[in-house]
Amino acid sequence: MAAIEMRGVVKRFGRITAVDGLDLEVPEGICLGLLGPNGAGKSTTMRLLTGQAVADEGEIRVLGHELPAQAKAARALMGVVPQLDNLDADVTVEDNLAVFARLYRVPDVRSAVERGLELARLQDRRRDAVDDLSGGMRRRLLLARGLVHRPPLVLLDEPTVGLDPQIRTELWSLIDSLRGEGVTILMSTHYIEEAERLADEVAVMAHGKVIARGTPADLIARHAGRETAEVYAPPAQLAEVRARAEAEGLSVRPAGPAIAIMGAERAPNGAVPEHAVRRAASLEDVFVLLTGEEAE
Amino acid sequence: MSEREIGARRLEPAAIAGVMSREVANFLTFWKAVTFSSVLEPIIYLLAFGLGLGATLVDRVGGLSYVEFVGTGMVATAVIFSSALPAMFGTFVKERFQRTYDAILAAPVDVEELVTAEMLWIGIRAGVYGCFPLLVTMLFGLDPAPGMLLVPLFCFVMALGWASFGIAVAASVQKIDHFNYVTTLVITPLFLVAGTFFPIDGLPEGLQVAAQFNPLHHLVELVRHSAFGFEATDLLRVGALAVFAAVMWRIAVRRMERRLID
Repeated sequence: MAAIEMRGVVKRFGRITAVDGLDLEVPEGICLGLLGPNGAGKSTTMRLLTGQAVADEGEIRVLGHELPAQAKAARALMGVVPQLDNLDADVTVEDNLAVFARLYRVPDVRSAVERGLELARLQDRRRDAVDDLSGGMRRRLLLARGLVHRPPLVLLDEPTVGLDPQIRTELWSLIDSLRGEGVTILMSTHYIEEAERLADEVAVMAHGKVIARGTPADLIARHAGRETAEVYAPPAQLAEVRARAEAEGLSVRPAGPAIAIMGAERAPNGAVPEHAVRRAASLEDVFVLLTGEEAE
Repeated sequence: MSEREIGARRLEPAAIAGVMSREVANFLTFWKAVTFSSVLEPIIYLLAFGLGLGATLVDRVGGLSYVEFVGTGMVATAVIFSSALPAMFGTFVKERFQRTYDAILAAPVDVEELVTAEMLWIGIRAGVYGCFPLLVTMLFGLDPAPGMLLVPLFCFVMALGWASFGIAVAASVQKIDHFNYVTTLVITPLFLVAGTFFPIDGLPEGLQVAAQFNPLHHLVELVRHSAFGFEATDLLRVGALAVFAAVMWRIAVRRMERRLID
């Protein structure tokens, strides 16, 4: 059984269609990275899965529960880690965990709090108000709060957005340990590296639907080939190189001040300038190629 | 409780208790400030109106000393200000700025349970704090009476209605500034024509009739009667408060569902 099944899901906000015929299946036990630029529909997809948004069309099942009718029962089995910090800032660390243990009907609240403190590595800060914690500590607590009831499915909505690299790496280790425990994870992100590091499979979303899906290696091989050539030159020269490469059937994308020619290993002579910097193709190449957006 | 049981019935006590436990945890961080103002405000009012106005301009009203008249009437004032306003501002802040409801609704709690829990918690708080003016008035000479034991219950029922009113308002406005319209056009007039500071039978006939539709007026009368003797019509007054609470509760749930569920 798939942990998440979404078929033909449409969600409109007035004239804007945030999710547009989305088909998404997440098998149990994998980490699926939902990768897409801002406005691709990732957060709306997350809200549809928790029942905080109701689809205009389509079907959604989460761990065997039909949504929105059985959303509450489905939420009991889900852990949700939001993009924005919504901890109770004046309340102590342990009370933040205890409240959510109660909301999730955990029978032994005290043990759940201890487990949460251990996971967040905040045992020695248990009686401090959340307001007194650093940004990294708050993020770890937010993650621990979403896991206080040991859910088999976790939704992570941009779990490391706005964090500095050190804290991001710390959180990645925590998320990675969940994968090791067999928890199913759906993680929305617009950080390529995050998806590459954590996701077993990646679904690239744009304009409210999944436009490509596979393992990172699959996606790279399918859309970007083996090798990418980055060409740095004045704009006029770049335009010429681009036109030549595209005439040879190669995909080209902007890469900051340069252009990146994908599938450079199969480029005929002359299509890629001698001075181009060749490197292994990456998920970023796929992302930019498919969505037309610069990656972060 | 298994996940199959969760969601099998409406208004699950565990969900309501969970939301209330969050309110309690937060309240414990600011209860001193609330208690301070709840005790001091009636003292200031009684000094200003009861001793100031009562000693110079007004001697007795309806057979009561002006201190007793104002002191018993102020219970209703305390209830509306400790229920409608915290519900309005608290709900708006939790929804818009703190994103608290996003977190709660990601757990197995639905909007109806969320609203009910918030309403009950504010009702309990206002039921307790509403009694403070009565206790303070005793220091100013009001004699205790057995009927006063029912005052927390009256305050609780009244506060359920005003808390729901506040939640419904918060779920209906786009900006926090819009609360000014509600306080000026609804809360202040109702609070002034409740019979707290002057008897409504001195008002023009139209306003006297309108006061019968003011739930605060019924609470004012119930509290006075609890101190000086109940009347048969008080049962109708309790019924009016209960109907007000029930209607506002359903409106609050409906408004919050529209606000919180896309």
